[in-house]
Amino acid sequence: MGTIKLPRLLIAALIFYVVVTILSLDQVHILNGYFMVIINRSLIFVILAASLNLINGITGQFSLGHMGFAAVGAYVSGTITTLVLKLPAPQPGFWITGPIFIFMIAIVIGGIAAGLVGFLIGFPSLRLKGDYLAIMTLGFGEIIRTILNNIDYVGGPRGLLGIPKFSTFTTITLFTFLIIVLLRNLVQSSHGRAMLSIRENELASELCGIDTTRYKVMGFVIGAFCAGVAGGLLAHLLQLAHPTQYGFLPSALVLIMVYAGGMGSMTGSIFAAFSLTFLTEGLRVAFDNIPSFRIGTMDVRIGTEWVMVIYAILLILIMLFRTEGIMGMREAKLLIIEEKKKK
Amino acid sequence: MKSYVLSAAVAAILAGTFLSCGKKSNEIIIGGVAPVTGEAATFGASTKNAFDLAIEEWNGKGGIDGKKLKLAFADDKGDPAEGATVFTKLIQQDKAVAILGPVMSKVALAGAPIAQAASIPMMASTATNPKVTLVGDYIFRACFIDPFQGTVGAKFALEDLKTKKAACIFDVGNDYTKGLSEFFKAKYTALGGEVVAFEGHATGTTDFKAQLTKIIAAKPEILYVSDYYNDAALIAKQARELGFKGPMVGGDGWDSPKLTEIGGAAIEGSFFTNHYAADDTRPIVQEFVKKYKTKFGAEPDALAVLAYDGAYLMFDAIKRAGKLDGPSIKAALTATDMAVVSGQVKFDSDRNPVKSAVIVEVKNGKFVYRATVNP
Repeated sequence: MGTIKLPRLLIAALIFYVVVTILSLDQVHILNGYFMVIINRSLIFVILAASLNLINGITGQFSLGHMGFAAVGAYVSGTITTLVLKLPAPQPGFWITGPIFIFMIAIVIGGIAAGLVGFLIGFPSLRLKGDYLAIMTLGFGEIIRTILNNIDYVGGPRGLLGIPKFSTFTTITLFTFLIIVLLRNLVQSSHGRAMLSIRENELASELCGIDTTRYKVMGFVIGAFCAGVAGGLLAHLLQLAHPTQYGFLPSALVLIMVYAGGMGSMTGSIFAAFSLTFLTEGLRVAFDNIPSFRIGTMDVRIGTEWVMVIYAILLILIMLFRTEGIMGMREAKLLIIEEKKKK
Repeated sequence: MKSYVLSAAVAAILAGTFLSCGKKSNEIIIGGVAPVTGEAATFGASTKNAFDLAIEEWNGKGGIDGKKLKLAFADDKGDPAEGATVFTKLIQQDKAVAILGPVMSKVALAGAPIAQAASIPMMASTATNPKVTLVGDYIFRACFIDPFQGTVGAKFALEDLKTKKAACIFDVGNDYTKGLSEFFKAKYTALGGEVVAFEGHATGTTDFKAQLTKIIAAKPEILYVSDYYNDAALIAKQARELGFKGPMVGGDGWDSPKLTEIGGAAIEGSFFTNHYAADDTRPIVQEFVKKYKTKFGAEPDALAVLAYDGAYLMFDAIKRAGKLDGPSIKAALTATDMAVVSGQVKFDSDRNPVKSAVIVEVKNGKFVYRATVNP
């Protein structure tokens, strides 16, 4: 065991929190509400990408249904706060009041529910290898969507509406920080090493006495738990949860973040979640300002519908010129627990 | 190291674009939201066309109080999360004084709390879920809501078509089609009819024979198909193959040339409730259809009509308000009494328009105006 350097990450998180909060104050007004929405979304994507990274990047499995777990978390926590307890909308302010405390518990319960579902899915299917697991998780995402469509208690196809807006920059930052710490400590513990060994060579690690199924399920369940937390935060930010939000395409977006950031690098996932979310918005703003022009007799106007094209081209470029992702396998110093390890 | 340089460059460009947005004082910024990409892209495209047309016409008449209108448009991709982001962007970044759109209820429900919190009036063009305008007093809509359309369909089926037994088929994964069927059933039963079968099908399926066999076994006189045009046309075909002879009735989701293209003879003699009929002889309708056709080369669908109406209702309110702040525009909107393409519009206490619906008949592969039903 080396010295645990938790405070360094804590200090970084605090600096981030304080700086963003000050910049977003009405009196300063450098970051307006639009920026805050982007930052909040980025932070939620950080949780999603970092936790999918645990499954896909660290343990070397291939999950395509990550948003399915987010759906479980969103609906469970949303049901608790909105339908069962009928919590009132929170008052603005920094302080932790009763309802906000209950909200945090609800988010954690949502995460646990997602983890349980992850266990039910993972336990039988993680004995499968490669493609089969991908198909299984893809199917799972669709099953969740169909189930939600058919439960009238949570709104069916209308979605779960009227969720109070408990997710604020403060609560989202807090949860993101805790989950990053959780994942970091896990990955750099002996359990994490075991997961890494499965990715490198499953047969060899089994021969070394590692219970591969157990570690695969463990990675999968913890990943699902984190996704559930992210789903709950997203639902309380948007004030609704809708079955179509958790289909294959959003899952693929998270997958892209993991691969663009670098498989197995948590720094990469965090970086990619931020930069890709900001990139989409940046492109949106940039495209707003392109005036229309004429080619021959045709009026050409490049509108926001072209954002996705540019986005796709950028991703292809990353994959072509940096196959291992932006960060590769490296981690930022901030996210490494032990002091100088030997190799 | 290269990647750091690259990312720093990207960050610099992004920062530049974010900060480079200025605002001219002789312009009124109107936010527009529609899904021009994603699952509802065709709806988004006609909605955006209608926004552009309405803005062009008002600017052609000199704008409002000498100020030109400028549309700040954003794509919501049909995704609530995206919707929440673009609503915030239009209000905070572009400083829109009012928002037109969006098309889909789920996006409207994510955007409405943001508009409400910022006191920015919003005119959802086709979000039919009753809960949308209940979010707050700044949220209006240009379309009638699901209960009204289901009710009109039921009344028409019972009184005009003189039927006693109906069956419903709908998409369980779509709130619009499910809601329509539910409200149809409620009204039809309340007026003394009987709904003998009420069958949902899975989203994305193309084979409805299991449900239809069950429905036909119950011997309904009419079939209420609340699905969108593509599914409705397939249902019509398969119902005819299985021997169903009676008429079919649907909602405004049928309004597309594709309905008769796919449905062919099977859909003949069916009816649907709609916001307007292109062959309605009122001059305001004919003028709009002509202008839209010249500019975009296609017949306007119901989405275009409602988006256009929504824009007119909003601009008219801004003009009457005389000021650009949210509360004044909201007050003016509440007092609206204006003739637009889809009828004479007033708003009720829940900010839903009180206006008439039309019944359209499918005759010889064309949509023919049949009747106007007042609320």
